[in-house]
Amino acid sequence: MKACFGRRYMLSASHRLHCDSLTAEENRAAYGKCNNPHGHGHNYIVEVLVGGEVDQATGMVINLADLDKAVQTRVLDRFDHTCLNLDPLFASQVPTTENLCRAIFGLLKNSLRSGSLRYIRLEETENNFFECRDAPALNAVETQAEKFPGQKG
Amino acid sequence: MVSLTRRATFSASHYYWNEAWSAEKNEQVFGRCANRNGHGHNYTLEVTVSGEPDAQTGFVIDLKWLKDTIERKVLSAWDHRHLNLEAPEFAQAIPTTENIAIAAWKRLEPAIQSVRGAHLASVRVYETPEIFAEYQGER
Repeated sequence: MKACFGRRYMLSASHRLHCDSLTAEENRAAYGKCNNPHGHGHNYIVEVLVGGEVDQATGMVINLADLDKAVQTRVLDRFDHTCLNLDPLFASQVPTTENLCRAIFGLLKNSLRSGSLRYIRLEETENNFFECRDAPALNAVETQAEKFPGQKG
Repeated sequence: MVSLTRRATFSASHYYWNEAWSAEKNEQVFGRCANRNGHGHNYTLEVTVSGEPDAQTGFVIDLKWLKDTIERKVLSAWDHRHLNLEAPEFAQAIPTTENIAIAAWKRLEPAIQSVRGAHLASVRVYETPEIFAEYQGER
């Protein structure tokens, strides 16, 4: 029997939507309030859905503790209470919630059983959410955030 | 094709235990869920039915009928019950969220299949607002 198991996590982070190749005016037109030079923040909800065979012995698709550990070490420790723009993953791409959603999928893809990650749904506010069902795997070590003063990661 | 979803809630107790394992292994794998005195949740069930809206009624399925069917087939058996001790499907299978979603599907699917033009697309069970399982049949 195949089923899916899902879990919702929260992370709080700040970002500024700004593209260096656009003029100040174009940035304001594209991103509006999100282009505020000092950034702003959200409580993001990360919904992780994992699919696969229900193990006969445990009745589980994945052990909740294992999923929590993967999400904590690869996603929450990296992004929670940070400024997303300072993460190397967003050195050359704008930290829109679409791009963050793809990055989270990529960071988790190889830390769960192959092919078992079904989607990342990322809620930026109660009214905005984004969903990613596939993205290239990201190696957490190669892309690990540098330690900025006052920033975890 | 249009899908519609009906939500229902039930409250039940359960525990996780594999009789084939030692107490230590059960506690190691299932953690606090292995407490044999059980614990409980307010579960939310989301039943999604898909099909073409009927030309006359505009319904994929009659929501009142779906509500009554969920009540009759699932809630009457599980609400305010101990799943391990009182629900026959969990005499053998462990009442994990995954197995509860599969069991709810098996209880509902024959009735929904009998409605012309509609089919059960998904059963999602929330154990807490943060934890859920989904079953879409063997596809």
